[in-house]
Amino acid sequence: MNFALSNDQKMLRDEVRKFAENELAPIAPEIDISGEFPKESIKKLAEMGLLGIVVPEKYGGSEFDFVSLAIAIEEISRACASTGVITAVNNSLTTYPILKFGNEEQKEKYLPDLCSGKKIGAIGITEPNAGSDVAAMETTAVLDEDHYILNGAKRFITNGTEAGIFVVFAYTNKELKHKGITAFIVERDTPGFSLGKHEDLMGIRATGNCELVFEDCKIPKENLLGELGQGFFICMNTLDVSRIDIGAQAVGISQAALDEAVKYSKERVTFGKPICKFGMIQNMLAEMATQIHAARMLVYYAAWCKDAGIKRFSKEAAMAKYYAANISVDVTRKAVQIFGGYGYTKDYPVERFYRDAKILELYEGTSEIQKLVIANELVR
Amino acid sequence: MDIIVCIKRVPQTAEAEVSIDSTGKSIQKDRLTFDMNESDTYALEEAVLLKEKFEGNITVLSLGYPDTDDTLRIALAKGADNAIRIKAENFENPDAFQTAQILKSVIKTINFDIILTGCIATDDAYSQIGVTLAELLEIPHAALVIKVDANEQRTHVHRELEEGLIEHLDIKLPALLTILTGINEPRYASLIAIRRAAKKEIQQLGKENIELEDLVINSVIEELYVPPVTKQVEILTGSPSETATKLAGIVKEKGLI
Amino acid sequence: MILSDKHLKFREKVRQFADEVVAPRAIELDLNSEFPHDLVKKMGKMGLYGLYVPEKFGGSGKDTLSYAIAVEEVSRACGSTGIFLAAHTSLAVSPIYLAGNEFQKQKWLIPLAKGEKIGSFGLTEPNAGSDASGTRTIAKLVNDEYIINGDKCFITSGHVSDIIVITATKDPSLGYKGISAFVVEKGTPGFSPGKEEDKLGLRGSITSELIFEDCKIPKENLLGKEGDGFKIFMQTLDGGRISIGALALGIAQGALEHTIKFVRANTISGKPLYKEQSIQSKIAEIGTEIEAARLLIYQAAELKDAGKPLTKVAAMGKYYASLIGMKATNTAIEIHGMLGLTKKYPVERFIRDEKLMEIGEGTSEIQKIVIAREILGK
Ligand SMILES: Cc1cc2nc3c(=O)[nH]c(=O)nc-3n(C[C@H](O)[C@H](O)[C@H](O)COP(=O)(O)OP(=O)(O)OC[C@H]3O[C@@H](n4cnc5c(N)ncnc54)[C@H](O)[C@@H]3O)c2cc1C
Ligand SMILES: Cc1cc2nc3c(=O)[nH]c(=O)nc-3n(C[C@H](O)[C@H](O)[C@H](O)COP(=O)(O)OP(=O)(O)OC[C@H]3O[C@@H](n4cnc5c(N)ncnc54)[C@H](O)[C@@H]3O)c2cc1C
Repeated sequence: MNFALSNDQKMLRDEVRKFAENELAPIAPEIDISGEFPKESIKKLAEMGLLGIVVPEKYGGSEFDFVSLAIAIEEISRACASTGVITAVNNSLTTYPILKFGNEEQKEKYLPDLCSGKKIGAIGITEPNAGSDVAAMETTAVLDEDHYILNGAKRFITNGTEAGIFVVFAYTNKELKHKGITAFIVERDTPGFSLGKHEDLMGIRATGNCELVFEDCKIPKENLLGELGQGFFICMNTLDVSRIDIGAQAVGISQAALDEAVKYSKERVTFGKPICKFGMIQNMLAEMATQIHAARMLVYYAAWCKDAGIKRFSKEAAMAKYYAANISVDVTRKAVQIFGGYGYTKDYPVERFYRDAKILELYEGTSEIQKLVIANELVR
Repeated sequence: MDIIVCIKRVPQTAEAEVSIDSTGKSIQKDRLTFDMNESDTYALEEAVLLKEKFEGNITVLSLGYPDTDDTLRIALAKGADNAIRIKAENFENPDAFQTAQILKSVIKTINFDIILTGCIATDDAYSQIGVTLAELLEIPHAALVIKVDANEQRTHVHRELEEGLIEHLDIKLPALLTILTGINEPRYASLIAIRRAAKKEIQQLGKENIELEDLVINSVIEELYVPPVTKQVEILTGSPSETATKLAGIVKEKGLI
Repeated sequence: MILSDKHLKFREKVRQFADEVVAPRAIELDLNSEFPHDLVKKMGKMGLYGLYVPEKFGGSGKDTLSYAIAVEEVSRACGSTGIFLAAHTSLAVSPIYLAGNEFQKQKWLIPLAKGEKIGSFGLTEPNAGSDASGTRTIAKLVNDEYIINGDKCFITSGHVSDIIVITATKDPSLGYKGISAFVVEKGTPGFSPGKEEDKLGLRGSITSELIFEDCKIPKENLLGKEGDGFKIFMQTLDGGRISIGALALGIAQGALEHTIKFVRANTISGKPLYKEQSIQSKIAEIGTEIEAARLLIYQAAELKDAGKPLTKVAAMGKYYASLIGMKATNTAIEIHGMLGLTKKYPVERFIRDEKLMEIGEGTSEIQKIVIAREILGK
């Protein structure tokens, strides 16, 4: 692995950092409170080419590698965790599976709109009775001449309220168990498709999270993504990639917390000294910095594995996601601690970071599920 | 319209703690981050806007150390066509005049209609390079420009003076303008532009590659120091209404209102 | 893979050596507190002591990353042998390579790098551990000789060393500025090894006092200039952190591998241990942390090879690898249960060996102060 970034990766990092600091960070506190989806920011992200980072130029993307994608997600999340997830879902959970498993017509039809921000992407895996256990899903798709009829509901869908293009998983043959799951591309205005309950979340509050409801929803046959029965494979393959970006998101949130904590510790005076002079505070700062750096390396490493064409990197992706999420909760907790009572208020951003961090241990496979993946790969 | 933009890579000192290095003539730079000088980013954006209107070629030019390439590459990503770095390592701490002399020696080999520079570099704060360069090139100039309205032969500019006064000037090209921050909204480089720029060559000019007149030594830095702190803070105590009354009294007494 | 083909091949070679030659000796070295003279020679033959030293000085002209890999792999089999390799290379070969003049390199670096002579580093004193400015060993220049007086303690390989790099001060009241670095050869009158420590772990390595009583060494034995001592040992320790980090990492990896073997081979109420979620959870945690530690240490090595500042990352690598190393070795024992406490399995040795890593060459507390200083920008 190259520990040193290439020229274009460094430039991307610097430019996205500047963009995120100037354009995203200032509105992050507002949208956290209002829960309003940051539509204006999405336009700006699109202009910079941040909605289709790994998509080839011919489909309207920026054609960068997965390390660059991780760097971009880190920098965006450092300024605004909500915008970070929105971007990650658009990139690695929608454009990626279409790019990897879609046919030429599907790529030409959907990728340019996803890259330009004309349509936002979302993915529907989770259901009320199927979270960690993906194969327990109940949504079905039945072929009726040249259409599939979808019935069921998806829950907790990021970007749901705003998205125009959804990748949705459903059973085409329940008897085949997970080999009977198939992936579909569903457009927002398809008859029989509606939005259900909007979630009121603890953190990442501006991500348009809602339920998707399919009632005899009729989608054209050609919207089948990949092959019949390939859905579970597509899902796992996509999650391997997107977990890297959740790791990157965790690193970004953690870095923001550390930056704030460092700044505050130099300003806050107790017992006649700035608190950064106290060993116990330095201790926390050193632990935080080390955890973040280690997490970043794991994220880069997993992304690098993907770029290097290594076939099996489930372990590396799970390690990156599990570890970064884990330390993110710890690092943001320490940041609140360093701020004392002020950290508990909305006058400073660290309480938001703390709330934003918790989801990282839950979505795209809980930490427990990551550990199962890691342990199975190690003991294999 | 061919445009040259002079760019400097400077330490970002707004939020950092700055300390003097062991020579006593410069600041400690190893922990600072560096970026394009602020007003240069506006000069570059103005150049790109002109190019969008009139077509032509933008050359960005910097006298800097090797890591200046990073800054020039971002300029390429934002719309410049060529980038030249003059190797600072070949010169010994040039002052403002010498810097202008060095820039001139390169600029005279390039075709241009307009030269844009930032109005001030946030590190040395000389505010002289642009105007000196114009004098050395014997072309007209306008400093502190806040609006540019050009055609192919002439440009109309607004200069912002003290007390919010605006001066309108009409200048014949070729000319040099030093650009104020706020004149436009500098764009971000798109990812595609970054990828293309990352591959571009940056021309490297050493002392041996340029025809230089004798550098005139006008000034040398003798010492850089942090002024001693003189205690002037007065902390007002009491209830909010008491402190407000005291504060109002002081403000009046000092003739501030 | 994290590594290039070149480094992968090198790792294969060292791993094979560690598995076939070092591992079988590890138990007895520990039990008998035996110094592995045989392994020391064999590592020299393999060229493991001069990995980042150019060939003209007896090295093999590779890089710091190769060195970190070598320490990791050897320590995976035996911590005692690992610390010998680490101390000899990064604490004796390194300062002479960094600060020695041509004459000194010819005289000492070549035999050290080739493994013909054994080296060590004398910095710590009874009253100067974490705070090296407390050095009390005095070096007085009289005519053309330095006269050294003082005691050093906890010196790895001290007793068996032929060439020792030591720090001493002109005048303790000068603090850091008075400290210089010197080379003392075995057999110099006035120099004698003192007491040998009986330790918790790393029992196959030697840790001893060094005593200097009017020990006279030629002026030419000064490394660098007078007063350079602080700079030399700070640079040495930056590299040393990579060593100890790699050592901690190797031991942790050894513990993980033995644990994986154990859970594959054993069952609990008829169910394979590795299918038990509480076991899986532990293995996943330490597996992840070991990978993270490896990335930190390899990155520090790469920074060193690129000549870039590495203080922060090296301190992070050392602090983190030793922290998770303790957790990994402890978890290994937990998973082995009672058996883990017996000498039938190597994991009890691993935890004893690993403990030194949180202490040697700057305790974890010192590493954290270094890291905090770096991020606070002071
Ligand atoms: C804000 C947010 C955004 C989301 N975005 C999306 C989205 O865009 N698309 C989408 O499809 N989904 C999304 N999700 C759903 C998310 O991926 C699921 O919540 C997650 O997979 C966990 O599923 P669950 O909530 O049903 O928990 P459960 O599966 O019910 O888990 C409950 C607990 O049991 C543990 N557990 C479960 N099985 C095991 C096991 N075998 N061994 C050990 N422990 C186990 C879990 O770790 C957890 O601690 C989102 C969720 C949230 C909250
Ligand atoms: C919701 C809420 C309710 C509250 N209710 C009350 C109330 O009813 N009555 C009341 O009087 N107060 C109340 N407080 C105030 C609360 O007690 C203080 O916030 C608390 O004592 C911490 O002080 P501080 O916020 O000024 O933090 P600081 O003292 O500024 O501490 C900042 C950080 O520095 C560390 N630190 C400070 N000094 C040292 C040192 N010497 N060594 C090492 N570390 C150090 C702290 O541990 C902390 O991590 C409340 C606060 C909150 C948030």
